Amino acid sequence: MNKIRASVLMRHEVGLHARPSVKLTKLAKAFESKIDLGLSPDGPWIDAKSIVKVMATKAPKDSTIYFRAEGKDAKAALDALVTLVNEDFPDGP
Amino acid sequence: MDHKTHRLAHRIEGRPAAPGIACAQLVRLLAAKSEARESRSKAGEQQALADAIEASRRDLAELADKVADDDAEAILAFQIALLEDENLVAPAVAMIADGEAAYLAWCAAIDPEIATYEQADDPYFRARATDLRDLRDRVLRRLSGEADQVVPGGVIVAAEDMPPSAFLATDWRDGGLVLRRGSPSSHVAILARSRGVPMIVGVDIDRLESGVDAVLDGDAGALIVDPDPVLRAEYDRRIAELAEARQAASSFSGPALTASGERVKVMINVTGLAELRDVDPSKVDGIGLMRTEFLFQAREKLPSENEQHQIYRRMAEWAAGKPVTIRTLDAGGDKPIAGLTQPGDLNPFLGVRGVRLSLKRPDVFRVQLRALARAAVVGNLKVMIPMVTVPEELERCRALFRDIVDELRGEGWEAAMPPLGMMVEVPAAAIAVEDFNADFYSIGSNDLIQYVMAASRDEPELADLARPSRAVFHLIAHVVEHANSCNREASLCGDLAGEPAQVAALLDQGLRVFSVAPGALAPVRAAIARYSGKA
Repeated sequence: MNKIRASVLMRHEVGLHARPSVKLTKLAKAFESKIDLGLSPDGPWIDAKSIVKVMATKAPKDSTIYFRAEGKDAKAALDALVTLVNEDFPDGP
Repeated sequence: MDHKTHRLAHRIEGRPAAPGIACAQLVRLLAAKSEARESRSKAGEQQALADAIEASRRDLAELADKVADDDAEAILAFQIALLEDENLVAPAVAMIADGEAAYLAWCAAIDPEIATYEQADDPYFRARATDLRDLRDRVLRRLSGEADQVVPGGVIVAAEDMPPSAFLATDWRDGGLVLRRGSPSSHVAILARSRGVPMIVGVDIDRLESGVDAVLDGDAGALIVDPDPVLRAEYDRRIAELAEARQAASSFSGPALTASGERVKVMINVTGLAELRDVDPSKVDGIGLMRTEFLFQAREKLPSENEQHQIYRRMAEWAAGKPVTIRTLDAGGDKPIAGLTQPGDLNPFLGVRGVRLSLKRPDVFRVQLRALARAAVVGNLKVMIPMVTVPEELERCRALFRDIVDELRGEGWEAAMPPLGMMVEVPAAAIAVEDFNADFYSIGSNDLIQYVMAASRDEPELADLARPSRAVFHLIAHVVEHANSCNREASLCGDLAGEPAQVAALLDQGLRVFSVAPGALAPVRAAIARYSGKA
């Protein structure tokens, strides 16, 4: 199965801090696909479902976040993640 | 002969940190690591870790349900997410499979993460190290079989040490605190005194058991386990007397006067609005020291300008025209603030603290000065700068303050430049006080003593040395004389001012403005009333 990719510019005021990271990993975990996150189109890639790894990127404001995903809900997963970042990590329901 | 056996009361000596008496059940809090055992099988260790993590996760989820504020919720959500992350837990599981004990494996897995955060450049990431340490300890406590460190109300708590946040979260009514570590000038001791919670430090807590009856004598610095009925009755009587004295103390009124009729101002030291609830502003001469560190501690983000402004303003309103002296952030030394102070400072008391830190972090300092300038239009606000060592520091603060007042007015805010004073706590400032053009001087005796005596106030073995000597009194007299000669106010806001036994010596130096913990108001006023001039 092919990996699909997506990228999005993160405008969150404080960068990928605890609160946005928690939201991002929670959302990623809702999907079955394997999802990776990177700060450049060629990686290095880290597990987008791991708060330890996501926080360790220390991505600042205005970073572009790259995703790649593999699995049967990969497309839906990346759509959802891009929307989350694009909408500046809104509070979920 | 009657050989009736008496259970012998067991007296354990410590050092007094906050006065008062408590008769209550003893509860001993266990240090996270002390009870961890290695006696389980590998499978047993794996299960123990899995159970401890699950229990911690449940505790955090329960806490998250209860908290109302966003910051606390975000921290808890972050900690829960960490516990659910295989990347954190898997290395520990692998180490246990190799024969490591669960608690060592858990530390080995999480400690490198903590170190990564501690070394981050971004203060926000550095501050997260505290959250990870807290998480590590929570799991360790669960591993050791100890329930979560929720302190029941109304008991005498015995522990290794206690962070201020835990102290503030506890209901201390009729209870007290016994610590092995800490000192009479630690932050917890300051809080205990201002809230009237008896406390002693330097106590060997190893043989203390939870559930026994005990008497905590915060005046004598002793803990009596299993007091016999006679002793118990004696302490019950003293508690009743103290309550009566408190009642009488709260009934004093009018200005504080010496026996010869000389007026002495007695103000209070506070850390927040909570303490003002029980103090009648008409019975004090104002707030001589508001410590702002507590606004900055144990939180995810530094407090905003509006949040600070609200608090300063409400203090000024409470005082109804009497002076409210607010000390700008005195972080560093024994008061680290996550994300702001440098961890691992080699000698924190001689390091980047007080005004030194503020001038290096104008981003944080400016927010506080803006809040103060806005609150200064409401009441009689005064601002004082801690740890001033050379006149340039004070002048730089004044210039920055002036700019900020102009800036605020330019933005359409009402703002005023309050009187700007300095803490005199560094010997260099005390010796050459005439070089400092401060609007008022406030002697910080805790630091002044430890700097003059070269004896740490947190070193129990030097307690006899970290006392006010003739050298210290000489400097106090010098500062008071200078202030009198240029018609400015000199006050003393350290613990020394709240010790009734030192009041006469301080009055001898010419000091006429004291600022003390609210609990010390009555005894200090009484000591002033007994003073009839230099002996």
